Amino acid sequence: MASDVSAETPYDIVIGLEVHVQLLTKTKLFCGCSTAFGAPPNTQTCPVCLGLPGALPVMNREAFELALRTAAALNCRLAPFTKWDRKQYYYPDLPKGYQISQYDLPFSSEGYLTIFDPKGRFEPRPIRIQRVHLEEDAGKSMHDEQAGRADSRIDLNRAGTPLLEIVSYPDLRSPAEAKAYLTELKLLLTYLGVSDCNMQEGSLRVDANVNLHVRTPDGVVPTPIVEVKNMNSFRAVERGIAYEAERQYRVFQETGKRLGDVPKQTRGWDETAGVTKAQREKEESSDYRYFPDPDLVPVTVSEEKMRQVRDQLGELPAALRERLQTQYGITLYDSDVLVNQGRAVVDYYIDVANRCGDGKLAANWMQQDVMRTLNERGITIGEFPISSARLAEMLSLIRGGDLPGNRGREVFERLLTTDESAAEAVAALGITKVDQSELEELCRQLIAENPKVVADVKAGKLKAAGAFIGAAKKKNPNVDPVQVKDLCLEIIAADNG
Amino acid sequence: MSNALPTAAELAERLAQGSLSASQLVAQCLDTIAERDGSLNVFLSVEDRQAALQQAEAVDRRRGSGEQAGLLAGLPVAIKDNICHAGRKTTCASRMLAEYEPPYDATVVEKLRDAGAVIVGRTNLDEFAMGGSTENSHFGPTRNPWNTDHVPGGSSGGAAAAVAAEMVPLSLGSDTGGSIRQPAALCGVTGLKPTYGRVSRYGLVAFASSLDQIGPITRDARDAAMMLQAIAGHDERDSTSADVPVPDYLAAIEQPLAGLKIGVLREQLSGDIDPKVKAAIEAALAVLEAQGATLVDVLLPHSKYAVATYYVISASEASSNLARYDGAHYGYRTDERAMREALRREEAELKAAGKDAAVAQLDSPLVRMYRVSRSEGFGLEVQRRIMLGTYALSAGYYDAYYRKALQVRRLIRQDYDTAFAQVDLLAGPVTATTAFKIGEKSEDPLSMYLVDLFTVGANLAGIPAMSVPCGFSSNGLPIGLHLQAPAFEEARLLRVGHQYQQVTDWHTRRPALS
Repeated sequence: MASDVSAETPYDIVIGLEVHVQLLTKTKLFCGCSTAFGAPPNTQTCPVCLGLPGALPVMNREAFELALRTAAALNCRLAPFTKWDRKQYYYPDLPKGYQISQYDLPFSSEGYLTIFDPKGRFEPRPIRIQRVHLEEDAGKSMHDEQAGRADSRIDLNRAGTPLLEIVSYPDLRSPAEAKAYLTELKLLLTYLGVSDCNMQEGSLRVDANVNLHVRTPDGVVPTPIVEVKNMNSFRAVERGIAYEAERQYRVFQETGKRLGDVPKQTRGWDETAGVTKAQREKEESSDYRYFPDPDLVPVTVSEEKMRQVRDQLGELPAALRERLQTQYGITLYDSDVLVNQGRAVVDYYIDVANRCGDGKLAANWMQQDVMRTLNERGITIGEFPISSARLAEMLSLIRGGDLPGNRGREVFERLLTTDESAAEAVAALGITKVDQSELEELCRQLIAENPKVVADVKAGKLKAAGAFIGAAKKKNPNVDPVQVKDLCLEIIAADNG
Repeated sequence: MSNALPTAAELAERLAQGSLSASQLVAQCLDTIAERDGSLNVFLSVEDRQAALQQAEAVDRRRGSGEQAGLLAGLPVAIKDNICHAGRKTTCASRMLAEYEPPYDATVVEKLRDAGAVIVGRTNLDEFAMGGSTENSHFGPTRNPWNTDHVPGGSSGGAAAAVAAEMVPLSLGSDTGGSIRQPAALCGVTGLKPTYGRVSRYGLVAFASSLDQIGPITRDARDAAMMLQAIAGHDERDSTSADVPVPDYLAAIEQPLAGLKIGVLREQLSGDIDPKVKAAIEAALAVLEAQGATLVDVLLPHSKYAVATYYVISASEASSNLARYDGAHYGYRTDERAMREALRREEAELKAAGKDAAVAQLDSPLVRMYRVSRSEGFGLEVQRRIMLGTYALSAGYYDAYYRKALQVRRLIRQDYDTAFAQVDLLAGPVTATTAFKIGEKSEDPLSMYLVDLFTVGANLAGIPAMSVPCGFSSNGLPIGLHLQAPAFEEARLLRVGHQYQQVTDWHTRRPALS
């Protein structure tokens, strides 16, 4: 490698994401078939989604409503007039020979989604969204191409499922930013209740358009844009883009090819090999011959409807994080962890924080003990055995000094398995408050009984004082170890004086 | 009972009186079909005799037990073979769908059944309704009952010939650019294309979705009113069907013509028109005038662009609608073994010739299957229109063709709006000539396209239009009067047709058939 290459890469990565999200409707976009995942192949079909001769599509209002909600939450402009277009291409999983989609008049456009890094590695900033449109999903082809014998089977259960395509501007500058965008988008969609965003089941799919702006002595040179597909997790998106950026830089150094020199390429991410591979070029350059679908009528959306959609969005993740920070005094990181758990956990947290009056303490207990228990038991907050009131009572006892912090976990464990109130659990565990005189007496006793430790401390080995803690706990389990240690050191120092 | 088949209204009356049973009537129609279809080739399939008779008997029983009989109770009906009927071959006269049986009924089929009609068979058409002569059928041409050397018109040629030949009293056609009205005119029967959206298209195999409309072909206007009454109305399964109340057509047709203002499309009567046709239309206009209508000349300034506009839009939509016939899911698929063998041979030949670049360009088996299945499954006219439409929608040509056609379509609509601000109805010829000979135009697609000159405007504007028999040429072939009305004014068309037929007898003439 040339010696003048600095540690910083000599290029910017430019990334735009196209995200396809299946909407959580009961029925398909243009017929009454179920959208449930996992049914036996071709059992959730009818003449409409099979594309049988003479069958006609009828728009699913529910799907359009969910689409409007999503676009509004993405700060998009909602179009007063939108229409359906046919995107035409031949593929066996596309039974009509065209996909009903939206071309030049999508129902929404020009929005943004603000991304941030909870660890603060980049500044929060809005990523512009070019358009959001609604379309029908295709079916699934299952290939069995052994020994050149292409035996393909087609499952059309998915054909016609409502799909939202969310297209960002190329505003993302790193794989981490791309991941942050997807994480925030998924969180938003989950809060809106419009999609389950399950990448394994294909309800969220991501394609990335990637190229580099290479800084050369002759100025900034853009490399050809590559569309990366087949990334089946957010981690894969991050890795795929990172790999693709390195690959493009390598190719640029070898060939010098810049944007416009070669047609746009599509590459597939190979998760196991950790590389992107060129995909077979389509037979013809993609001229989809879009035109308005004459079987469907255009949709108009009134000003009132738009207002209503915006008014009913509810509190979205970004606003919620903001409120948790200002109202409960917790950090961005903590608010992010809580909000990522979903609205129910946040509501639980808010109730605990309000009741005990200490947002930080509540946040610590949520993130450590509550979330750990949820994960270990694989349960939701709704199934969590400790009500917010009981947890708040426990935290109040800690705040009031009636429950030493170090014994909180014992109480927590007991609350998990009993119906007791926090106070009852404290009593049952025999936890009582140790007053100052009691503590002093205990410390003097310890000093008297441990001349070797006292000698060590006096010789400057302050660490030796740790031995007092174990000894103190044996005498009285309710003492605060830190207090014991500090008080012992104080007494020894005074004796010295 | 003589061989002559009365009108549906007359038959309905006899059925109601009990002087005729539905079983007798259905049997008679099936007999006539069996007797005449050999020379006419009207039906692509005829309902199983036992099954049809059982349906008729069920109607008779219901009537016998005093049950309220439907509007078309016991009346035999033929439907064009592009309208889906569950479990019946619905071929669209194409090799592509020669064996295709839909699993569901079209809305009109449900409605006919609800009205008590007995579907007795399915009629021939130009493949996928593309054509004006019923010669483009994979199953051979239908012949005109008035002269079997001539075409019956098209694409609903079978539907019109079935009524003309007295095989059925009622039949359903579809009209995308004149496919009900033109064959009705050429076969001397009455044909109505309703307003776009008046009758559900659900289950009509699409040719051009923004133009297609199902409508009745009958002996006279009263029968058309009866049949339209049974099939019209909003359908939730068709987004383009109109939620507009259906009036009482049979009541509306009784109103006399006094005060009606008819716009005469004078331009269509000058120029290249058969003088006999012109004379018949003028005579018909004189009759209407005598009945109390006033006549004024009206111009549709953009009508000269109608055929070009129609062929761009209809071919564009057709290219898309017919994409689903790819051999992958249903319908015709080429012999796979032969297809793969041919691919292997081509590859070997190219390799032997050292043409490696060409080898890389060779079709994948899937693409080759698409190509060959479609080339073999579609007839030439269908392929021509798919190519025209694909071209018109292609990047770089869309603006010049498809978008431009949509703009002209709007102007054509405005022409009609302007005209209907002055008159209640427009009148002119359906076609410039009577039925041409079989084979006469089949080598000249353009002259065939011009057959649609007077009819495509109504489809582009989405308005209702009707063909009414108004005379015969010296060669003994029928002539049709074309009436067009504003959207949802079918009642006005039917009224004029019915009132005209009260004082004329063209619609009662029967071809001399063995």
